[in-house]
Amino acid sequence: MEDDAPVIYGLEFQARALTPQTAETDAIRFLVGTQSLKYDNQIHIIDFDDENNIINKNVLLHQVGEIWHISASPADKGVLATCYNRTSDSKVLTCAAVWRMPKELESGSHESPDDSSSTAQTLELLCHLDNTAHGNMACVMWEPMGDGKKIISLADNHILLWDLQESSSQAVLASSASLEGKGQLRFTSGRWSPHHNCTQVATASDTTLRGWDTRSMSQIYCIENAHGQLVRDLDFNPNKQYYLASCGDDCKVKFWDTRNVTEPVKTLEEHSHWVWNVRYNHSHDQLVLTGSSDSRVILSNMVSISSEPFGHLVDDDDISDQEDHRSEEKSKEPLQDNVIATYEEHEDSVYAVDWSSADPWLFASLSYDGRLVINRVPRALKYHILL
Amino acid sequence: MDSETDMVRQIRALDSDMQTLVYENYNKFISATDTIRKMKNDFRKMEDEMDRLATNMAVITDFSARISATLQDRHERITKLAGVHALLRKLQFLFELPSRLTKCVELGAYGQAVRYQGRAQAVLQQYQHLPSFRAIQDDCQVITARLAQQLRQRFREGGSGAPEQAECVELLLALGEPAEELCEEFLAHARGRLEEELRSLEAELGPSPPAPDVLEFTDHGGSGFVGGLCHVAAAYQELFAVQGPAGAEKLAAFARELGSRYFALVERRLYPPYPLPLSSASLAQDQSPVTPVSTLCAEARETARRLLTHYVKVQGLVISQMLRKSVETRDWLSTLEPRNVRAVMKRVVEDTTAIDVQVGLLYEEGVRKAQSSDSSKRTFSVYSSSRQQGRYAPSYTPSAPMDTNLLSNIQKLFSERIDVFSPVEFNKVSVLTGIIKISLKTLLECVRLRTFGRFGLQQVQVDCHFLQLYLWRFVADEELVHLLLDEVVASAALRCPDPVPMEPSVVEVICERG
Repeated sequence: MEDDAPVIYGLEFQARALTPQTAETDAIRFLVGTQSLKYDNQIHIIDFDDENNIINKNVLLHQVGEIWHISASPADKGVLATCYNRTSDSKVLTCAAVWRMPKELESGSHESPDDSSSTAQTLELLCHLDNTAHGNMACVMWEPMGDGKKIISLADNHILLWDLQESSSQAVLASSASLEGKGQLRFTSGRWSPHHNCTQVATASDTTLRGWDTRSMSQIYCIENAHGQLVRDLDFNPNKQYYLASCGDDCKVKFWDTRNVTEPVKTLEEHSHWVWNVRYNHSHDQLVLTGSSDSRVILSNMVSISSEPFGHLVDDDDISDQEDHRSEEKSKEPLQDNVIATYEEHEDSVYAVDWSSADPWLFASLSYDGRLVINRVPRALKYHILL
Repeated sequence: MDSETDMVRQIRALDSDMQTLVYENYNKFISATDTIRKMKNDFRKMEDEMDRLATNMAVITDFSARISATLQDRHERITKLAGVHALLRKLQFLFELPSRLTKCVELGAYGQAVRYQGRAQAVLQQYQHLPSFRAIQDDCQVITARLAQQLRQRFREGGSGAPEQAECVELLLALGEPAEELCEEFLAHARGRLEEELRSLEAELGPSPPAPDVLEFTDHGGSGFVGGLCHVAAAYQELFAVQGPAGAEKLAAFARELGSRYFALVERRLYPPYPLPLSSASLAQDQSPVTPVSTLCAEARETARRLLTHYVKVQGLVISQMLRKSVETRDWLSTLEPRNVRAVMKRVVEDTTAIDVQVGLLYEEGVRKAQSSDSSKRTFSVYSSSRQQGRYAPSYTPSAPMDTNLLSNIQKLFSERIDVFSPVEFNKVSVLTGIIKISLKTLLECVRLRTFGRFGLQQVQVDCHFLQLYLWRFVADEELVHLLLDEVVASAALRCPDPVPMEPSVVEVICERG
């Protein structure tokens, strides 16, 4: 029975890292990484059973350190990458590594969250991304729709492209690029564009957005002063090649056309504090999700800049007499952008939001106190978009 | 055998259960039957009453019909007489009209006079051809002319306040005086007054006396000129609304001209640029064509609100940047044992005080929540920087993350969720609260991104206690500052692999020294 009520899962630790299990397109599954300095860190595999609205979890131990970023391979369900902190005599270094989860957990076994007798299993380390020359790893991105052999990591002011060889047990640095300039330049976040044959990557550093070509590792475009303050995250529109969205500490979300970088196409200012995440829905790009440290998750309908600004155009053949009035409703005016819903189930800053890769209408949000909330797009809107 | 006895026991238990159930239900059945019986009785009684009601109604209808029949023709005669009476009353009014009007004019009850005149006008017009009516009409006209003249006089004198003027104009319009002229005169008078104001403002700007404080100047301008202009525009709209676009045009031109002169003065005063926001009405700086006053006022208010919000954001940003840099650039892992409060915190307090003074000049204080004597809400805060030495558990060691998280989450449940940016009101306390919320939230977020050594955590503790000591008095609800700073220290503790909080007495000593 479908129910629009949110489902909440609590981790006992602080957490910031969330990703859907990208390669899994049947079951709804999310991976959450914890951030604890005193206890062993874990990755929780959250399996959501949408028929019964219950959550099943499995826990993997990630003892090497607290997890700041997690991403899953788009090709292999069992492979994931994490960026974690390693503290060694008064120095903290953020490292990155690629892991494989135990075979039986790849497609989830169903243990209820209350079953405390389940033992946490361990991850198998596939390879480290060697950053002795580079610095703190901010994030690791997999090539979307690729074969899971190419990843890009951002470390301080370097972009590093790695080839995973020998079934991912070795990471070889294929090419790299650096940001030159005065001051301490650091990448905060990046995203691999699914368009242009996956040859473009966009990064955020301080208040600038840059686009890079991965074949030549050179800069394609540069959006200076994209936001008034630090840019926290960005995402590409899955259906429109040149469009991307960025969000930052100025509480705004801005949408850009990379062919014309002087001005954003649209600006949203619905949040009242830093926006940490912005995510387009994988299929319906008018649905944009944002999470902010004002503890809110906002789902916006950015119809006017989506790939279907006029909504569905109904075929004339399909209109029968009774449905005449419906065709009049679908006028040829572009639909209005609006905020669909504001989700307030969190009590602490929301640091991560993401859509499920199995169900396009479902998304998860994670707040610092370890609360994972799974929500759906309101049913009325879902039917409106589909029909 | 044992299992048999066991089963027997169970069977007996089940049996007795069943019996109990039946007994319970039995009672319910009995009571149900009773209720239904009572209902049946009641309904029977009601039926009887209804029948009686029906017969009574029939009797009443019958009587009523008989009465109306009897009184029918008397009724007609009375109606006729009443009609005649009313007509005679009206005629009497008309005959007395001239004398009444005269008396009104003498007594100065102009409104009354105009009303009488209005009422009688139509009738007199219609029966002009009858000599008696004609005479009355002529008399009235003479008196009305005199009345109009007197009104004009009063209007021109202009010494009386604006509402009286407006009344004069209204009455003159009602009397059918040409509106054009009245428009002109009205605007001319208004112009006189407003130019007076402008002159005085200009005088203030003159070179010889020292340039007055911006706030005073704009206040003066705001209340004097702009207030006057608004009044005039509002009154004009009301009075001459029916005159159509031509009238509106005149008002627009008038307001535009005077308005631009005023803005010129204000601009002169504003250079060198001043970072303060100006009080509401004086900042409708967009020189777009003048719109009707109500929208103008609404726009001004909206602009003021946006400006205030922006101001809070900007000031919040300034302090936030200070805090952010202070957290991001310090090496928290290898810092030494804290001996004093960090300089940046003192600067934060100084800046906040300065803002408080600045804003205090413009806005009134606002409402502050009385200090709650209910300190039960503050029971948990192990790392609390507040003044509760007694509750501090000296032997605290985090035994599991659950304790810290659980208790802090419970506390969060009972305290209201802090809206980091709730709409800012036009008072000092609200503005300061907005700025402090933004700054402390930034501090919290930055703290969560670093890792702290033991002394790093203690330094954060000291800094937050210091802020607590000085920032609470600026905000509407001191609990807010308390909560946010507790969050900061708690988050720092979570980010510390080896948290050992400093003794609160030591913290106090260090802060006092600072």
